[in-house]
Amino acid sequence: MESIPVEQELAPGTEDIVEERISVASQRQLIWWRFKRHRVAVVATAVVISFYVIVIFADFLATNTPADSEAFRGLMPPQPVRLFDGWKPSPHVCAVSGERNPITFQKDYTRDCTDKIQVRLFARGYEYKFLGVIPTDRHLLGMSDDTLRPEDHIYLLGTDKQGRDMYSRLLFGTRISLFIGLFGVGLSLVLGIVLGAVSGFYGGMTDNIIQRVVEIVRSIPAIPLYMGVAASFPPDWSILKIYFAITIIISLFAWTDLARVVRGRFLTMRDEDFVTAAMLVGASQRRIIFRHMLPSFYSHIIAAATLALPFMIIAETTLSFLGLGLRPPAISWGTLLQDAQNVQTIALTPWLLIPAIPVILVILALNFMGDGLRDAADPYST
Amino acid sequence: MLGYLIRRLFYAVLAVWAVSIISFFIINLPPGDYVTSYVAQLAIQGSIIQQEEVESLREFYGLDQPMYVQYLKWMNQIRQGNLGFSFEFGLPVNDVIGERLVLTMVLAAATVVFIWLVAIPIGILSAVRQYTIWDHTFTFFGFVGLAVPDFMLALVMMYLAFVLFNFSVGGLFSPEFVTAAWSSARVFDLAQHMLIPIIILGTAGTASLIRITRANLLDELRKPYVVTARAKGLPEWKLILKYPVRLALNPAISLTAYILPFLISGSIVVSVVLGLPTVGPILLKSLVAQDMFLAGGIILLIGWMTVVGTFLSDLLLLWADPRVKFEGR
Repeated sequence: MESIPVEQELAPGTEDIVEERISVASQRQLIWWRFKRHRVAVVATAVVISFYVIVIFADFLATNTPADSEAFRGLMPPQPVRLFDGWKPSPHVCAVSGERNPITFQKDYTRDCTDKIQVRLFARGYEYKFLGVIPTDRHLLGMSDDTLRPEDHIYLLGTDKQGRDMYSRLLFGTRISLFIGLFGVGLSLVLGIVLGAVSGFYGGMTDNIIQRVVEIVRSIPAIPLYMGVAASFPPDWSILKIYFAITIIISLFAWTDLARVVRGRFLTMRDEDFVTAAMLVGASQRRIIFRHMLPSFYSHIIAAATLALPFMIIAETTLSFLGLGLRPPAISWGTLLQDAQNVQTIALTPWLLIPAIPVILVILALNFMGDGLRDAADPYST
Repeated sequence: MLGYLIRRLFYAVLAVWAVSIISFFIINLPPGDYVTSYVAQLAIQGSIIQQEEVESLREFYGLDQPMYVQYLKWMNQIRQGNLGFSFEFGLPVNDVIGERLVLTMVLAAATVVFIWLVAIPIGILSAVRQYTIWDHTFTFFGFVGLAVPDFMLALVMMYLAFVLFNFSVGGLFSPEFVTAAWSSARVFDLAQHMLIPIIILGTAGTASLIRITRANLLDELRKPYVVTARAKGLPEWKLILKYPVRLALNPAISLTAYILPFLISGSIVVSVVLGLPTVGPILLKSLVAQDMFLAGGIILLIGWMTVVGTFLSDLLLLWADPRVKFEGR
């Protein structure tokens, strides 16, 4: 898309050209220009997109199988990658070896940086299907084959209690948590749009009833209810079933915000000329709602959905953290953080708290992005 | 005015009813019923129960009757102040919840006060000194406060408190006060321990209240009456505090009604993480053990608490903003 620097200082005489460009620009272009002005939102959008890209390639980025547990390597500290060996570029990680402390019976790990494990890009690792189709065993990062000894290992972010690789688990957990949010938003979008549209378009008694329902749903604390419903899922349900059940109960409470936004737009738009025109030519109500009115505020819906996404992600993470949402062996941010529930673990093994970082990053980024979108959604306002 | 009150009261009653239906629904969600769990519990303890006895128990609790009869019976029990019996603790639900519910309420109320005390001055400062370094700093922290989930904030605070001050956060009382009788010393101890949970719980609410106060005050500051007052030579601080701030405060009150459910939700989770003796950990425990009368009772009571809190803040708004009375719907 060709863009013009609306913001920059212009030489005298060029204002007219800019003016003209703006007056002929499509709505989409106007929204894009307005959105670009919100720098933080643009950065945030890049962050969000890169997160979704990361999770699509989770297998490729992972260094170990996430479910691979080795009890004798439990709670191992992170092995950060070092790019240089002295002044010579030679990416490596330091070998870590553990010994059982005879007094505390804790495993004590020591990092030995004279013992280097070489790492390289596109190394061989476990076998998987790239994007779910192409079978391969190449991973972005891994130990190089030529110097590999059987006892070598690479755990970039350390291991959890069962000796599973935190880094790889984090990648897969991010995938589940981010997508559960998307599905949830999709579901509440359907509920929110339908109820909001009905409420705003018909008004009167229907509107009143729906608004009361919204008010009541909003006045009830959601987390205890989620907990109550989630706790009653039979223990023999498969991961997939629980996954969908959780998504459904979360979206059952999250649709109210969307419904409010949609209703508000419908109310203001009901008296617009183009709606009256559509009515006069005899378009059906369904056609007016879905063909004429909805598309005119898609941008608002997208903004509202973006702002609803972090709410979903937090809800899922909280539930799983409490042990009522997704259950192991499913990996999500919540189940990962479950290991870091008390001060002792956090103090002794702070790397178990690392999954908190992507959660905060993504939620912040989604909030900023949604904020920017909301501002840009109505490019005609000043 | 009376119409507004009645309408509000009616919605509150509706919400109370909805909460009771939902709680009842949750109680009945797990497979099996109260008596099945009771029999299972007895079997664990080693005593066998006769089939006739089981039937008579079912009859006593009305479990052989249709759902709505069971619901009415349950509600009738609650009307008499009896929430049922908890297997997990071997005590009546009332005894298990008792003080914990009070502490939950105290925590929520204290958080609301904290939010007002912190957010309103900052909101005013941000609006009056718009686009200064203060404004930007607070706006940034506001966003972070809104974005970080409560339980995560609790984890991070716990970690920081431990690493920086070697101080272990947790509980609401020092060991010597846990079972002590109420005294001024105990109240003081409680207040000390509540500070960190209040900060954790209040962050999100504070952040949104700062943003709302700032936005509203900015709107008000542009109005002609401000210019008039300034032209008449009123001192700036007096002018701002006396007129626009008063108007900008109303949304702060209505926001309280809105954030209360979130506060209660958050307090459940934060209590679990920090081990606070509120209803939170008990709710989690009862749900995991499928001790449904306890769980349902807690959900019912905190739901009702929220509804009452919301209603109270509506009343407060009515008192603070007379325009609401005339707002026809």
